[in-house]
Amino acid sequence: MSAHPPTRGAVPPTSVRGAAMRGVVARPGAEAIEAKGWWIAHKWLLLRRVSQLGILALFMVGPWFGWWVVKGNLASSLTLGVLPLTDPFLIAQQAAAGHWPYREALVGGGIVLAFYLLLGGRMFCAWVCPVNLVTDAAAWLRRRLGLKGGKVPSANTRYWLLGFVLVLAAMTGSLAWEWVNPVSMFHRGLIFGFGLSWGIVGGIFFYDLLIAPRGWCGHLCPQGAFYGLIGKSAMLRVSANRRSTCNDCMDCFAVCPEPQVIRPALKGVGQDHPLILDGDCTTCGRCIDVCGKDVFRISTRFDRSES
Amino acid sequence: MSKTQNTSASAPAGTGPAKSRRRFLKDAAGVAGGAGLLALGTGLYSRQASALPATAIRPPGALAEADFLAACVRCGLCVRDCPYDTLKLAVLGDSVATGTPYFEARRIPCEMCEDIPCVAACPTGALDRGLSEIGEARMGLAVLIDQENCLNFLGLRCDVCYRVCPVIDKAITLELVHNPRSDRHAMLLPTVHSDACTGCGKCERSCVLPGESAIKVLPLRLAQGSKAEHYRRGWEEKAEAGGSLIGDQLEMPVRGLEGKAYGDTRVGPGEAPAAAGKPGIDSGWKP
Ligand code: SF4
Ligand code: SF4
Ligand code: SF4
Ligand code: SF4
Ligand code: SF4
Repeated sequence: MSAHPPTRGAVPPTSVRGAAMRGVVARPGAEAIEAKGWWIAHKWLLLRRVSQLGILALFMVGPWFGWWVVKGNLASSLTLGVLPLTDPFLIAQQAAAGHWPYREALVGGGIVLAFYLLLGGRMFCAWVCPVNLVTDAAAWLRRRLGLKGGKVPSANTRYWLLGFVLVLAAMTGSLAWEWVNPVSMFHRGLIFGFGLSWGIVGGIFFYDLLIAPRGWCGHLCPQGAFYGLIGKSAMLRVSANRRSTCNDCMDCFAVCPEPQVIRPALKGVGQDHPLILDGDCTTCGRCIDVCGKDVFRISTRFDRSES
Repeated sequence: MSKTQNTSASAPAGTGPAKSRRRFLKDAAGVAGGAGLLALGTGLYSRQASALPATAIRPPGALAEADFLAACVRCGLCVRDCPYDTLKLAVLGDSVATGTPYFEARRIPCEMCEDIPCVAACPTGALDRGLSEIGEARMGLAVLIDQENCLNFLGLRCDVCYRVCPVIDKAITLELVHNPRSDRHAMLLPTVHSDACTGCGKCERSCVLPGESAIKVLPLRLAQGSKAEHYRRGWEEKAEAGGSLIGDQLEMPVRGLEGKAYGDTRVGPGEAPAAAGKPGIDSGWKP
């Protein structure tokens, strides 16, 4: 157990733990900004926003300017007239509803499936899904306002809901979930027009802000659950490989959308290596950004080294 | 999941694992209940709204509505490849299944492209590629629904719906009917034939009446009644059998009308049946 000798350094005053001791609103990541500079302390966040907005832009330049790079939406799309991509979550629903799609959709689904199997299922959540912008905004505002507590449903609810989505498709013989699915609805809305769907997106924002911290993505979204299951064996993983230098400031826990995944790696609870192997980790890299002690880095699931 | 918390050894209610198992079951029941309710709500909502409203017409080649709702992933590729911006995706609040493609004939009808790009674009088969001839499409059926305001029914000559129809003289014809109002004119009634009408909606679009159209494309479910399968249609049976099944009608002589055509029972003034012999009950008939 040489993994984490007690290095109780001075905890920075604005960190989660420091602020708690002083009874003020925490500003997680301030130490990291001081230690590494603003840009490095936001590197993964910025990359992620570039990815999310860039993908969105690829879909939007068609309807806006007539440059048809990508047609369709995240449900199914055609890039440059040759590359089909389809959301395997939808194919799963179709199969449950009793429809076997054409080859394009299957090939497209296969490509997407392979990508996330390899890289990490919930990378979809952190790097592609537009709802992430909404829930991140709610989480940020929640931290800023110092809102505490809330009533979150069990994190397993999403798996139950995923099961129900498929059962429902089988029972109704239709993609019933897609009538209300906020994820596809939001993306489609941005590209094809919203109608009343703004209400659902706003609902998620206020639900996450006022009722349940990280309540949608971390507890309810069946699509996130689906990708989480896919990504169980993914290659790309976050490693707390310098965990011995951790000063327990708790900032990473505050910014992580799935904070329960950090403890086993960082604190060695139930595992002896520093890899975050939990399928719920969205590989967003925000923990890497905010850690003033540079504990985390992106690595592969084969790299169990520690320094 | 902090398993460490509820393993407090001194718990009187039972041993640690049993207690946490109980708690898990309780959690699961709560979760299942909540998720079940949500799912049920979604299901009911989709059930309730899954009957397509009369003004919403599916693109050509669309599977039957129930199958379509299992197949369409709501990607909008069909919408993008329609050169006439006919199709659009339903948004929340339209009474069409959220995200599925449809069009409203009175706004923009289907132009019946020969290469059917919308069908070619659909990756899932919700629009069936078995449809290769656009003339075979059955998006809906036009119905001349308002016979009080249709100009042709008023005895005027409008004919616009007839003339714009891409399947003119097959899908829609003008039927000549005597005009009883003027007694000296004809009415040319636009008449739709279901065996040729594609439901493209061009007639509805071009109807000259301001506001609502007198001819409307309706989903087949609304436009057509169900067949009375338990009735035999004599003319069809006859055609199939190559002749009447009951043979020609028997002709029996009618007494006293022997000189007349069969069935003609009219009797002229001076033409009373010749009463042979004395008047009275006895007609004088002998075998
Ligand atoms: S959990 Fe769902 S809503 Fe959230 S980012 Fe993932 S897919 Fe999108
Ligand atoms: S562990 Fe890090 S990378 Fe994974 S979800 Fe949390 S913050 Fe993001
Ligand atoms: S890993 Fe970094 S951010 Fe997390 S508690 Fe330790 S020092 Fe703080
Ligand atoms: S046939 Fe042509 S006009 Fe009609 S819906 Fe398809 S693409 Fe649009
Ligand atoms: S292309 Fe097919 S799957 Fe996509 S919206 Fe149109 S009908 Fe639905």
